[in-house]
Amino acid sequence: MQLEYFHLIDRIVDLNVGDKKIVVEAQVPKQSTIFEGHFPGYPLMPGVLLIESMAQASGWLLLGLLKFERMPILAAVKDAKVRGSVFPGELITIEASLVHEGSGYALTEAKIRVGGKLRANSTLTFTLIPFPNSDMRGYMNSVAERVGFPHQAIAHD
Amino acid sequence: MSSTFDQVATIIAETCDIPRDTITPESHAIDDLGIDSLDFLDIAFAIDKAFGIKLPLEKWTQEVNDGKATTEQYFVLKNLSARIDELVAAKGAGA
Repeated sequence: MQLEYFHLIDRIVDLNVGDKKIVVEAQVPKQSTIFEGHFPGYPLMPGVLLIESMAQASGWLLLGLLKFERMPILAAVKDAKVRGSVFPGELITIEASLVHEGSGYALTEAKIRVGGKLRANSTLTFTLIPFPNSDMRGYMNSVAERVGFPHQAIAHD
Repeated sequence: MSSTFDQVATIIAETCDIPRDTITPESHAIDDLGIDSLDFLDIAFAIDKAFGIKLPLEKWTQEVNDGKATTEQYFVLKNLSARIDELVAAKGAGA
């Protein structure tokens, strides 16, 4: 995780196009300026960042299912629940699955677990837009490489 | 037709917290009921799920933007209901 760059996903563990599911992992850093204010003496991951990490996991799922032809943009967060705190240094596993792909939008369900225990979950809605420019497309390609996006998983589907 | 409208009206009422009795077949989802594009995604999801179809929102939006169609053709509820009936019939014919 690089919180200062909003890079909340470290690696894609599994992308299952057939089941429309993805599993990703991220290591919460032990130190971050965020924890200096959230909170002194009791550092924990802000809930909004947990939601963003579920959105990013879902985004990789949708990019895969759409073969990078559309960019998912977070539009709505529903029934978000932070069931337990996530602390610095913990490894989080996020699973996201497709609920519905409509025309120009999609819904996912995502769950964050630490050591197998559910810490947060939400239903997320995305609009699916054409990549607005080549810079963004190129950037997403570079991030895909960083997180180990399995291009072979979508190559022959 | 009427049952499709009734289902759509119920979906809109429940999704957008609009009194059911204010929703008529002549209501324009955007102009009369004040439903914005984000709320309409919730409605589209509920309609897709209820009728087992995929409302072609992108195609409709493109047609409106290109001046090939008016919003009334797709977003006045009696017309939306007719489009849904067409999509359901087309799905049944293709099955």
